[in-house]
Amino acid sequence: MKRNPGIIVDFTKGLWQDNPVFRQLLGMCPTLAVTGKALQGLTMGLAVTFVLVSTGIVISLIRKIVPRQVRIATFTVTIATFVTLADRFLAARFPAMSAALGPYVPLIVVNCIILGRQEAFTSKNPLLPSLFDAFGMSVGFTWALVVLGCIRELLAYGSIFGQSVLGTSFEPWVVMALPPGAFITLGLLIGLMNVIQKKKEARGKE
Amino acid sequence: MGEIQKLVLVFIGAALVNNFVLTYFLGICPFIGVSRRLGDALGMGLAVTFVMTLTATVTWAIYYLILIPLHLEFLEYVAFILVIASLVQIVEMFLRRSVPGLYRALGIYLPLITTNCAILGLALFMVLKNYTFPQAIVFGIGGGLGFTLAILIMAGIREELEYADVPEALRGAGITLIIAGLLALAFMGFSGIIGG
Repeated sequence: MKRNPGIIVDFTKGLWQDNPVFRQLLGMCPTLAVTGKALQGLTMGLAVTFVLVSTGIVISLIRKIVPRQVRIATFTVTIATFVTLADRFLAARFPAMSAALGPYVPLIVVNCIILGRQEAFTSKNPLLPSLFDAFGMSVGFTWALVVLGCIRELLAYGSIFGQSVLGTSFEPWVVMALPPGAFITLGLLIGLMNVIQKKKEARGKE
Repeated sequence: MGEIQKLVLVFIGAALVNNFVLTYFLGICPFIGVSRRLGDALGMGLAVTFVMTLTATVTWAIYYLILIPLHLEFLEYVAFILVIASLVQIVEMFLRRSVPGLYRALGIYLPLITTNCAILGLALFMVLKNYTFPQAIVFGIGGGLGFTLAILIMAGIREELEYADVPEALRGAGITLIIAGLLALAFMGFSGIIGG
């Protein structure tokens, strides 16, 4: 009975408390690069989910037979293999999306979230907690990307997930779709998260 | 267009117009992590430039001389990341043995570079853009110097920022990202110099 709450915490910590994007500031490249539109953010989130969970399963299963000295190389090759799979799948089934994401799908290989979780968690824990941890982090990463994508798409094109929201009278705010919009939106969101976290902690103390 | 002119355009494109940090969002982790002091930023920038130039040279050779003739393009990512990781290790060992002065200056930044997405990004963009061998080398140098420029500007601003009254919630990463946004806005002024 004692184990179950642990597993649930392994899952939920990625959603808010240790959210990879807003709290740990990991995996910034895809976060900034592909969130010009909400759908792209969602796709990137799902691709990272696939790679993180698959790598987590493999690493957790082989963690005892991999010598410590070569563990980083092993992690990296495992990650690169699953990223190749995800990339080929996207290119075959969703060529337009694959072209829009460009080199940012292969760049998942060096996404620090994935290597970081293997090193910090999966390589020290059995399969089940590792799976929950990987899923929690993935969901945390995906929702952060979708939120960022929705805000930027709404301001840049007046739409969310391609559905027009603000109508035709809306004057597109193009810079939100461009790099400056990405940096500034994420900066302000991180500030907002800090404020909310502070309030939560203050309430916890009372 | 002459070969030299093309090389100049590749250089300007990589360093300014399509700056790795501010346009492609590559290498954001060191850009935020190591931009607190000018000295550190310079060290990181030079280490990245060094490794980028080497990476461009070696990955070009691997892709066009080994992977393409053997029809192994699907191994691109696995091959590139292995090459970059071992290259960084070799450079580190070589510098420690032969150029201790440079090693002391760059040494601590080198291990961080393996997971710097700018390096792998450079190799991927090099393949996407079909660069010739000289163009790939110039792309590596330009990309590295562009990264150095961006991280130096950021470090300079952040040193001044120590004396500013930043809202508490935005301190650290928040304000750094917002400044990066303003820098990116300024760098957008460079687009158009090379006409597409």
